[in-house]
Amino acid sequence: MDVLYEVKQIIAKQARVPVDQLTADSRLEALGIESIDVIEIVFAIEEKFGVTLPFNANESAVAEFETIGKVADAVKAVVGEKAAS
Amino acid sequence: MNRVVITGIGVVSPVGCGLNEFWSALVDGRSGIRAIENIPTERLSTRIAAQVLDFDPNTHFEPRRVSQFDRFSQFAVVAARAAVRDAGLEIDEELALEIATIIGTGAGGHVTIDDSYLKLYGENAAKVHPLTIPRMMVNAAASQVSMDLGLKGPTFTTATACASGTHAIGQAFHMVRLGQAPVAIAGGTEASLTVGTLKAWEALRILSNDTCRPFSKNRSGLVLGEGAAILVLESRERAVARGAPIYAELRGFGMSADAVDLISPDPDGAARAIRSALSDARANPEDVDYVNAHGTGTMLNDRTETKALRSVFGKHADKLAVSSNKGVLAHGLGCAGALEAAATALALHSQIVPPTANYEEKDPECDLDVVPNVARQTPIRSAISNSFAFGGLNAVLVLGRA
Repeated sequence: MDVLYEVKQIIAKQARVPVDQLTADSRLEALGIESIDVIEIVFAIEEKFGVTLPFNANESAVAEFETIGKVADAVKAVVGEKAAS
Repeated sequence: MNRVVITGIGVVSPVGCGLNEFWSALVDGRSGIRAIENIPTERLSTRIAAQVLDFDPNTHFEPRRVSQFDRFSQFAVVAARAAVRDAGLEIDEELALEIATIIGTGAGGHVTIDDSYLKLYGENAAKVHPLTIPRMMVNAAASQVSMDLGLKGPTFTTATACASGTHAIGQAFHMVRLGQAPVAIAGGTEASLTVGTLKAWEALRILSNDTCRPFSKNRSGLVLGEGAAILVLESRERAVARGAPIYAELRGFGMSADAVDLISPDPDGAARAIRSALSDARANPEDVDYVNAHGTGTMLNDRTETKALRSVFGKHADKLAVSSNKGVLAHGLGCAGALEAAATALALHSQIVPPTANYEEKDPECDLDVVPNVARQTPIRSAISNSFAFGGLNAVLVLGRA
């Protein structure tokens, strides 16, 4: 599965913007994504990939998911773990 | 306008159902947060909470009546009985017609809802318990308290999530102050620790997996609790005339809405509620010595609350003792504000500030005097108790020395 592609789809849906406007460098904040949206994005990713992201709203600020690329990296890290185990 | 005083307090809490146990745990910073019991935890990733463990409904209710009560109503009735007893309040026919009963709850009968859904969806049962609706309805606790004590005056429920208990007490305070009721029985109750509710909280990603550390830099989120606290409020004149014990005076109540975000708190909304409460009490910021903080132990709340307090109190903020009871009681949601109002009244009564328990590390963004871990004997003239709810609904009480 192309992780970046899927993450873009999920974020485009949450931000209500056309997916072709998004790149790995797109900043979540610039898309108007707020902390409440991040919770929903994390949930959608977990459902899509069947994984659990180590995301705690107390520690992982929105800053950690600054760009779409960073979200994809976080997903790859967990998906990789899952594939390896 | 009447002056309003607190003459009775009843609690059902994770650190005990007696007032002495409750207060000594708060003063000693002895936490009620433990591994979850009596609820299947296999599917939970958060397995700690502050549960009320020493509570057997069969010792409080006739066995044939127990099935009429959800746990949140049981808590409220037991706390209300204790409060009335504590106040030495004799309720005759005439008074019963006038007493106001206002009970806050965030969730209502979640144990009942969870049980019925388990039967329906989990076990494919054809029917659920016939009293499911009257047990789970959000006003059930207020109704059960009124029936149990025979209170026939204005009776209703406030539901403002984590501020429910505070809104209930504030509303009752205004009614007694205006002479709409000579006495009010008011507080909050919550018993929403079920698998379904815990999963829903987990999904919000704000629960801690170790403990609740308000204002500490290494705080890791909130821990859920449960319980009830009910206060007896009456006019000072009436209390003095009957020689009732007085814990503290209720002096002001302020409310506001953030109108910003469903879950993130807003410093401006919180500050407006505090200012409104002080103005309602005709108090100056300099009159306040103690702040019983909302202090949930989430990164955002504690930082936002610090900002709000600094904006209202200015230079005086550094002279305030500020503590959160949630390291001990965790977050009781609809009962939190009521348990904390009870704690604030006891602080004024004993002139002791209960500490912020589980505190470990200074946070530059929470740089007030948070009375870490050790209680403090100090003159307290007035105090405020803050509650800031999801949905951006804020409620603040001002209490003064009796």
